[in-house]
Amino acid sequence: MDIERDQRRFKQIVRGRIRDNLRKYITHGEMIGRKGRDLVSIPVPQLDVPRFKFGKNGSGGVGQGDGEVGDALGKPGQGPDGAGGAGSDPGGGHYLEVEVSLDELAQMLGDELELPRIKPKGAASIEAEKTKYNSIRQTGPESLRHLRRTYLRALKRQISTGSYEIEDPRVIPVRPDKQYRSWNDVPQPQVNAAVIYMMDVSGSMTDEQKEIVRTEAFWIDAWLGKQYKGVEKRYIIHDAVAKEVDEQTFYHTRESGGTRISSAYKTAAEIIDASFPVADWNIYCFQFSDGDNWGDDNRKAFELLGEKLIPASNLFCYGQVESPYGSGDFIDALEKHFGENEKLVLSEIADKDAIYESIRKFLGKGK
Amino acid sequence: MSMGPASNLTPELAAMQVEIEAHALRYGLDFYPTIFELIDADELNAIAARGGFPTRYPHWRFGMEYEQLAKGYHYGLQKIYEMVINNNPCYAYLMRSNAAIDQKLVMAHVYGHCDFFKNNDWFAQTNRKMMDDMANHGTRIRRYMDLVGVEEVEDFIDACLSVEDLIDIYSPFIQRREKRADDRFGSEEPKEAERNRPPRYQSKDYMDSFVNPREVMLSKQFDGPDKSAARRIPERPERDVLLFVLEHAPLEPWQADVLSIIRDESYYFAPQAQTKIMNEGWASFWHSTIMINDAVTAVDVINYADHHSGTMASSPTQLNPYKVGIELFRDIEDRWNRGAFGREYDECDDVQQRRRWDTGAGLGRKKIFEVRRIHNDLTFIDEFLTLDFVRDHKLFRFGYNPGSEAYEIESREFPKVKQQLLQSLTNRGRPIITVVDGNYRNRGELYLRHDFSGVELLTDYAVDALRNLERLWTRPVHIETVLENARAVISFDGKHHEIEKGDPVDVPDLDAIT
Repeated sequence: MDIERDQRRFKQIVRGRIRDNLRKYITHGEMIGRKGRDLVSIPVPQLDVPRFKFGKNGSGGVGQGDGEVGDALGKPGQGPDGAGGAGSDPGGGHYLEVEVSLDELAQMLGDELELPRIKPKGAASIEAEKTKYNSIRQTGPESLRHLRRTYLRALKRQISTGSYEIEDPRVIPVRPDKQYRSWNDVPQPQVNAAVIYMMDVSGSMTDEQKEIVRTEAFWIDAWLGKQYKGVEKRYIIHDAVAKEVDEQTFYHTRESGGTRISSAYKTAAEIIDASFPVADWNIYCFQFSDGDNWGDDNRKAFELLGEKLIPASNLFCYGQVESPYGSGDFIDALEKHFGENEKLVLSEIADKDAIYESIRKFLGKGK
Repeated sequence: MSMGPASNLTPELAAMQVEIEAHALRYGLDFYPTIFELIDADELNAIAARGGFPTRYPHWRFGMEYEQLAKGYHYGLQKIYEMVINNNPCYAYLMRSNAAIDQKLVMAHVYGHCDFFKNNDWFAQTNRKMMDDMANHGTRIRRYMDLVGVEEVEDFIDACLSVEDLIDIYSPFIQRREKRADDRFGSEEPKEAERNRPPRYQSKDYMDSFVNPREVMLSKQFDGPDKSAARRIPERPERDVLLFVLEHAPLEPWQADVLSIIRDESYYFAPQAQTKIMNEGWASFWHSTIMINDAVTAVDVINYADHHSGTMASSPTQLNPYKVGIELFRDIEDRWNRGAFGREYDECDDVQQRRRWDTGAGLGRKKIFEVRRIHNDLTFIDEFLTLDFVRDHKLFRFGYNPGSEAYEIESREFPKVKQQLLQSLTNRGRPIITVVDGNYRNRGELYLRHDFSGVELLTDYAVDALRNLERLWTRPVHIETVLENARAVISFDGKHHEIEKGDPVDVPDLDAIT
């Protein structure tokens, strides 16, 4: 039975389709709601062999059942086929739900955007091995003897050979009965990358901007998740003050009030100090804002950034999303202040279509 | 007894087969030896994905089909009950997880199909060793894949599949022109025309392409000057577009062989599409007859009734061929038993009298056996769908109402229902397309014509299909059809599509025909 071959080939072709349309998938955040634990389900237009066939105006047919002339029948899409109708299925667009692993998707993203592989820093990328006592052997030191199993075997042997007496229930293990605990080396993936997301949730950031951030973060996660064995994620929201939150809150909070970017930087620096020793961790910071900052705050922010965050991070990415209230000048100020810093990536995201380029810019450094 | 070597039935099922086969024979069914194979749902899905054959050429669409079947089964949405292969011996599959009563029902049903395959005239010319040939096709195509690459062959197959429908379903029965060597239908060898050819060695059908490779057969064929250059090609419009392309397109030997494989399979499957209602109706008629009269026990009667009615369920937007088929056969049997046919009956206007009509003719059984021999769905419906039947079974015609964006019941009038049904069965529900000119504009371009019958082609599909046809023909291709009520020619020259609109045409009104 070599249906697997056909199946594989079909999957290959479908993967090709996804790759062809990846740009569309990237810019339209429809993947996020379709994410399971490791799999993403992607709608792909049904593959079909084009033929000469009847069109819409032949999509009537013959049916059976009760009803008056003029009565509506079931929903379109479950239309006539075969003997019933001359026409094609009038439902039109059929979609295949194709399940792709996040890893594979990230690979496609990498291929599409020509992202370089990330070169992790430090010793933290080495996988540690841990011994786990999770198996049984016939030989071993007496100190590791598994008593219950040993006696169980002895009992079985005695019963089957008839040497077990119910009146005098003595079980005496002999050499072949003996069972010993044993260990295996389990590779223990070291969590070695940390991503800190910062977002401005002041009044000027609308849902649309947040959607852009969310889509971008999805792909960043996918790519980093492929490059590192484990990724630790932290989320910070800020207006005039900053706080650390969970992922859910991060995307759904809306505050009003002013903007003090330095507050977020300060919180990020605290998190790094507390949880991620710079020597062991690959730290990524992504900051999204509409670029409006209180004027007197810039100086303090740059100080934190220059002295603390940029040296600690592999990459510090700042994405400025355009809000309906216009875009601020924080990005320009950053550029002016830091100039060409190879750890600092700046990107302006005007709308959803700009996500694609922005991701390429952020992750294209290979750090 | 017909226990083939491949059968792997349990003793209980084997006994069951003996019992059911005896009933079938007693009722006069006549079939090739029938081999049942017991397989798991997964295997069944894999085989069904390949149109019933365990071994075929590799192609992605079988994989797609399989994914859908497997998913549908996994989620409990669908389950294949029976599958029978038109072959000698007949192969049929039983799903291991089915209950005993289901296996019995399926067996009885299968014998109906086997009888139909063997005796219906529309199947008379089909290849009865298709099981072997399909495997053989697989070997050949795999060989070409080794030779020129998987993708190249698969792309070519995709192109062929685009036009696989364009065959002449009546050609197995009518000799339309002088036979040619590569016309694979009909068993008589061509005579005089063969003189200038290299000798053709005698071989079994399935070995033919190995014993008499096309390369050799063709090599000397064009030795002489081409005398027919001035002739119009084809002399008359031809329905077998595949054959025409096979004969006239500049194909590589492997391409020609692949195309001929696709064409062979297309001809093999065509009668099944032509007799869906009859075939399923006939099989259902016999499973119900055998089960009710002989094989069902009191214990199983509820389950049997449940599963039988499940198969017969009808839906408002889809006519169930099982249901219509079985009821028509029952209706025919009943009418011929009562002598309710012929001029006197037809001219009787009194409904009550017609219902009570009984001359005691008792010809029912004989008649349905005759019907199963000579008819296909189109003629079956044309001949036996009656006003009373449409009324009794509540058939109606429906259509799409753009205003309400829904399908609505359009009519319950007998002529309209029948007209719609006949139209959907004509040419297996596919457009009739002929080759008109193989040397269009004297530039070797291919010109097809769609015989417009009131329903327009789906334009984007037609455009893509043309693109694929151009890959076979390698010169520009055109199809004349009707779009938006005006004559139109869609063209593809290898790079660009063009749709040229012509004069408006009178659209034949379907209702006016009746």
